[in-house]
Amino acid sequence: MLDKTGIASLEQVKSRFPKKEFLAKAKAIIECYQDIPCNPCQTSCPFGAIHIGDDINVQPKLIVEKCTGCGICVTSCPGLAIMLAKIEPSKAVFKIPYELLPVPKKNEIWHAINRAGAIIGDALIESAILIPKQDKTVLVTVKTDLNLLYEFVTIRSKDHE
Amino acid sequence: MRIEKHPILTFETKKKINFTFDGQSFIGYEGDTIQSALHACGIKKLSESIEHHRPRGFYCAIGNCASCDMTVNNQPNVRTCITLLEEGMVVLSQKGKGVL
Amino acid sequence: MMTNKELIIIGGGPAGLTAAKMAAEAGCQVLIIERSPALGGQLIKQTHKFFGSELTYAKTRGFDIAKLLIDDVMKFKDKIEIMCDATVVGLYPNHEITVYQKGVYSKFKATAIITATGASEKFLAFENNDLPGIYGAGAVQTLMNLYGVLPGQSIVMVGSGNIGLIVSYQLMQAGVKVKALLEAAPKIGGYLVHASKLRRLGVPIYTSTTIKKAIGKDFVEQIETVELNEKWEMVSGTEKLIDVDAVCISVGLSPLHQLLSMAAVEMKFVNELGGMVPLINENHETSYPNLFVAGDVIGIEEASSAMIEGYLVGLIAANRIGYHHPHYETLLQSYHDQLSNLRSGPFGAKTRIGLAKLRGETHAR
Repeated sequence: MLDKTGIASLEQVKSRFPKKEFLAKAKAIIECYQDIPCNPCQTSCPFGAIHIGDDINVQPKLIVEKCTGCGICVTSCPGLAIMLAKIEPSKAVFKIPYELLPVPKKNEIWHAINRAGAIIGDALIESAILIPKQDKTVLVTVKTDLNLLYEFVTIRSKDHE
Repeated sequence: MRIEKHPILTFETKKKINFTFDGQSFIGYEGDTIQSALHACGIKKLSESIEHHRPRGFYCAIGNCASCDMTVNNQPNVRTCITLLEEGMVVLSQKGKGVL
Repeated sequence: MMTNKELIIIGGGPAGLTAAKMAAEAGCQVLIIERSPALGGQLIKQTHKFFGSELTYAKTRGFDIAKLLIDDVMKFKDKIEIMCDATVVGLYPNHEITVYQKGVYSKFKATAIITATGASEKFLAFENNDLPGIYGAGAVQTLMNLYGVLPGQSIVMVGSGNIGLIVSYQLMQAGVKVKALLEAAPKIGGYLVHASKLRRLGVPIYTSTTIKKAIGKDFVEQIETVELNEKWEMVSGTEKLIDVDAVCISVGLSPLHQLLSMAAVEMKFVNELGGMVPLINENHETSYPNLFVAGDVIGIEEASSAMIEGYLVGLIAANRIGYHHPHYETLLQSYHDQLSNLRSGPFGAKTRIGLAKLRGETHAR
C-alpha cells in the first residue's frame, strides 16, 4: 500500500524499530523502504551506526548497539525519513525533523499525527533545536503516550487547522 | 500574494519598481520578472491566444514555452517570465501576433 | 562579425557549470551562455536537501549547491567568460552559434561546443488545459522559491514523480494548501520518502486518477478528476469536483533538443530518456565531431547525474581542444564509475535502458 498511498504499514514501521529493550535509550528509526541512490545518513553518523555500503542504492541498516541517539542523522536525511524513539514509563519520546512554520516552542501541546496525516493524540514539545549545522531542519523533541509508539510520526499546531 | 515567512528561505524587502499593465499602475520589486510582479498583483491572465482569443497565463517560467509573451515597451513577443522588471516599463497584454 | 572561442557551453545549469569548471581547470578558455538572468539552472529554486552521495553535495539544499558550483566557476575568472540573459538562437555546422542578448545578435565560432540545455516540462492533454492558473510544477517552484510569489491558495498537483512530490511539499512549506495529488499510474512514481512526507501533512494521494477537465473563465477555478482502470480508460461515474485557484502539472520532462536538431546531428526518440535525444558515443560526443552534450539534454535524470556528466564532458572537451588535465585518466574513470553507481539501482533502470538504446546505434568513430 505504501507505493499507492505514501503510508507505511504497521508491519513496515515495526520492522524498523529495534527490540523494546534497546529503547530505554533513544535509537534511530530509519523509514527508508526503497532502494534509492542516497547515503547522507551513513556518512553523517559519527559512530558508524548506519550501514549502506559502497552501492548507495541499498537501503540503510541501523547497527543498534552503535547508535547513541545523537540525532545527527535525523536532520541529515534529505527524505526526512529518520526519527529517534525512546521509551519512558508510560511515555514515548521522539526526536523528529521539522521544516514548517510556525516552529514549536517548549511546553506547547501540539497534535500528534500519524503516517496518514490524522490526529491521534497530544504531543508535548520538550524542545526545538536549530543550529547552523542542521541547515534549517529543526530537531523537535516531543513526548506522547506510549501507545502511540508505532503510530506517531509528526506534529501539527493546534492553532493552524 | 507574496511569501512573508518561510521555513527555509528569506525574502528581503527590495526596492520598489513602478510599471504599468494595460494602462494601470502597479508596483513590483527589484529582482522580479515582469511575470512574477504581475502574478504578485493578482494578474494571471497575461494575453490572449492568437486565433480563438482564449486567456493565456504563464506555464514554464523559464523562457521556454512562449505562453507568457506580452508586449513590453512597444516590443511584442517578450518572454515576460525571464525578462526582469524595470522602472517605468509599459506592459501590454498582447492580442494577435504582434508587429515589429 | 564572428568572435572565436575555444569552448562554448550552452546552458549554465548544473551540467554546464561543472563542465566549465573542469575544462578551465585543464587550462581551456570557456564561454558559458545562459538564457536566464542568473546562473545555476533549476538548482536555484530547489529548497530541499539533495539525495545522492557527498560527491554531488548530498544533504545540501539545491540553491546552496548552485552557489557552490557558481563559486567554483568564479575561481577561474581569467578562463571562464559568462553571458547571462543570452539565448542561443542558432547552432550550425562548423561550430558556429548565434546569440541573442538584450536586443543584439552576435555570432561565435568555437573549437568545441558542449550543449547542456537541460529539459522542459511536459504538458498534459485535458479540456481547458490552457487556462491561466494551470502551471508547470517547476514553474510554480520558480515563482515561489525564486521570486517569493505564491501561485495561489489551494492547489491540486497532477503527477507523482519526484518533482510533483517535492513541489507539493514546498507549496505546503510556503503556506499553500495542496488539496490532492493525482497520479494516473497505479503507483506513486517518485521516491516514497517524499510521498510519505507529504501524506503525513494530510495531503491525499490518489493513484489511478487523473484530471479530466479544468473549469473557469479567465483562470482555473475548479477541476474535475476521474479514476482510471487497468487499461488507463476513464471510469465514468468516478468524477469529482475540486475547487482550486491553481493546478500544477508535473508529468515529466523532455530534453531541450531543439538546438541539436537544428545542427542536424543524428537524433532518436527514446521514451526512457524523455523524448528526442542525440546519438552519442562514450565521450558524450554527438554525430557531429567536437559537439558534446551533458545533463538532461541526453536523458532526464537527477541533478547529481548532470553534475557528474558535466565534469566528465568538460574534461573530454578540453582534452580534445588540446588541454590535457593532469589527472585526466583517474578523473575519467572516477566519473564513469560514479555515473554507473548512481544508475545501478531500480530508479536508474530507465536511464540504463535508454542509454543502451542510444549507444546501440552509435557509429564507431
